[in-house]
Amino acid sequence: MIPAVYRIERRIEEMPGTFTLSLLPGAREEVVSLRPGQFNMLYAFGAGEVPISSSGTADTPGLVHTIRAQGAVTRALERLREGDTLGLRGPFGNGWPVARLAGRELLVIAGGLGLAPLRPIIYAQLQGSMNVHSVRLFYGARRPAEVLYRSELEQWGRALEVVATVDHADVNWPGRVGVITAPLSTAQLDPQHTVAFICGPEIMMRFCVQLLMGKGISPANIYLSMERNMKCATGHCGHCQWGPNFICRDGPVFRYSDIRGWWQIPAL
Amino acid sequence: MQSFILEACHLDQLIQAIRQHGFQLVGPRLQDGAILYCEITAADQLPRGWTDEQEKGRYRVRRREDDAFFGYNAGPHSWKKFLQQPRRPVWRAQKAAHAMQIEAVVEDAPAMAFLGVRSCELHAIAIQDRVFVDNRFRNESYAGRREKLFIAAVECATAAPTCFCTSMNTGPEVSLPADLVMTEVIHDTEHYFLIRAGSARGEDILHQIPVEAATARQLRQAAAAVERVRQQVEAGPRSFDSSDLKALLYRNFESPAWDQVAERCLSCANCTMACPTCFCSTVEDTTDLSGDHAERWERWDSCFTADFSHLTGGPVRADTRSRYRQWITHKLATWHDQFGTSGCVGCGRCIAWCPVGIDITEEVERVRRLEG
Amino acid sequence: MEDIEELLRQHTFFRDIADAHLRTIGGCGVEVQYRPGEYIARENMPADYFFLIRRGCVAVEIQLPNSGPLCLQTLHEGDIFGWSWLFPPYQWTFDARAVDSVQAIQLDGRCLRGKCEAEPELGYELMKRFARIMTERLQATRLQLLDIYGERPGPAEGSS
Repeated sequence: MIPAVYRIERRIEEMPGTFTLSLLPGAREEVVSLRPGQFNMLYAFGAGEVPISSSGTADTPGLVHTIRAQGAVTRALERLREGDTLGLRGPFGNGWPVARLAGRELLVIAGGLGLAPLRPIIYAQLQGSMNVHSVRLFYGARRPAEVLYRSELEQWGRALEVVATVDHADVNWPGRVGVITAPLSTAQLDPQHTVAFICGPEIMMRFCVQLLMGKGISPANIYLSMERNMKCATGHCGHCQWGPNFICRDGPVFRYSDIRGWWQIPAL
Repeated sequence: MQSFILEACHLDQLIQAIRQHGFQLVGPRLQDGAILYCEITAADQLPRGWTDEQEKGRYRVRRREDDAFFGYNAGPHSWKKFLQQPRRPVWRAQKAAHAMQIEAVVEDAPAMAFLGVRSCELHAIAIQDRVFVDNRFRNESYAGRREKLFIAAVECATAAPTCFCTSMNTGPEVSLPADLVMTEVIHDTEHYFLIRAGSARGEDILHQIPVEAATARQLRQAAAAVERVRQQVEAGPRSFDSSDLKALLYRNFESPAWDQVAERCLSCANCTMACPTCFCSTVEDTTDLSGDHAERWERWDSCFTADFSHLTGGPVRADTRSRYRQWITHKLATWHDQFGTSGCVGCGRCIAWCPVGIDITEEVERVRRLEG
Repeated sequence: MEDIEELLRQHTFFRDIADAHLRTIGGCGVEVQYRPGEYIARENMPADYFFLIRRGCVAVEIQLPNSGPLCLQTLHEGDIFGWSWLFPPYQWTFDARAVDSVQAIQLDGRCLRGKCEAEPELGYELMKRFARIMTERLQATRLQLLDIYGERPGPAEGSS
């Protein structure tokens, strides 16, 4: 499976080191269609590939990926400009189980860059294509300057409940200060009808899962997106194994009740 | 399936018949002080009259007292290097004025014939088939080579102390399909192969070589030779109860056994390289000096290397304890959940080729003992 | 103005508490309002009260000598703040400032301390609820300390 060549239509600098690319395929290629939570392997010429989740909408052409430059490949992708090309393989993995949400109250819980794989869910809700009772977004970031999609968060806040909080801020930040678990712990929710989608650093997800279970939400109604080293994305290279799971093939989105045993084991 | 007799002196005719069918024949050969799998063009290249002594961290070839062609045991090579290539180009990319072009490197897969595949090795190939062919995605390089492969299996008439096929239900008699299945029999002055075809291709070959129908006595002799090996392996030092391995290891992620083995394990990856089922690989992306041509290569990798589990910030499995646990737990336990089979065939290569003599069967028993 | 007992009952902090306890506690409470920017508590001042926030946002701050106030945390509807009244020297350890218009219930700590001593059952009920909040705050503080969204050296880089 070789990458298709895509061209960067638009590049948005979200914050220093984090950028969003909108991609369109070359003339000969068909547009890959990603479900929320699925990912593509993006190839920077000569540097290598990285798995990046979809951050776009279902109904706009092309693909949208938000990337943080932190390794050789993502730094190479960071140097690309509008009009440049990159390679793309996908889609891979299982996405968020949107079909299981009928009539449910959905909690979207994101930390840091973990908002990127959940943005398609927010878009779907704004477009009215989600068959849910309600969607609430809880978003935690490190500092005001590291709040992802900041202007969009404000727009979203007019259509759905958005609670954004930062871990650290000076007094000029008008919003909440405190970790993501603080607003979650006082949130009123109906544990029988609530489903949670969580994406963020593993520690943040662990705290959130514990808190949600303390509020009576069943482990079967909690979903999270896992990250491990990936080379092939096709279940062949073995790198992303986590217990019996291949993150690329069986994830990256997992139902917590299916993986809670593996979650407990350090250095698995 | 009717069994025939091929006299040992006619073995070369079998080799030539297979080669005349257009196959590149690979078989055992004495080289560099070991019995390796290499290209074979004639029967006199086979390790006739040679065997090996194997133990933990030890492998030596020595002369046999007879002239058996296949009187040796699993050596440092496994067939996987011909199917899952140790290193192969995957794609080539080129920078044009405003775009890049990417082209798959598509191999015209060689038609290979393996001569001397043991039952445990047939199982190993079947296990890798599940990873690379019968999975959601196919590895086209592997699948292309595998599709054309001709297998001449040889049942074991010898066993090393490191063998434990009977514990893993993979031998010594051949129980999986092969194009040809042979059993080598040496009895007094007799030296012959019991041979049967398992495919139309195998039958074609049989028609071209001087075989005659096997007698009941010859059938009994061949069966007895394999039965002796079965008894030898069952009574051998590595024989153990594998029926509860998955449950045992799933219960013991925090066993003190991992700390103990980590004191000896060098994380050298030898076991994973020698193992006929270990399938992990990584990729290398390179450019030439002009920066306009890039290549992607795939090569074997091991869960024992430091960067195998690398995430931003560092590896998930930072120490040997977690890496050895990953390897053995994958091999014997999680493999069942992933592919519906164990990842171990009991060939014993990881025992012989471990430089510090770590023995997978001992480590299982250590986990069991420390649990009690 | 709503009955203070009813307001207490509506607040998550007192969810499912016995009516008798609520009556006793209600006797120590009054409704209060703060304008944006107004200080509700100042570091080192006597801490005679604790607050249940009904509406608005309260910033917990500390004054730094060279850069003014630093916000450690904001508190919102459903949160409570203030437990300095529980232990000597009964002084606030941080500033609490109304960020916007804040409506709260102020409970008199001295009054409550006396009632808790007299009624251990009430005292235990109250302490359980405080302990839970303190545990949550401690966990939150630990999470904040972990700086989970920042890049961090992995275990290997840390040890070698």
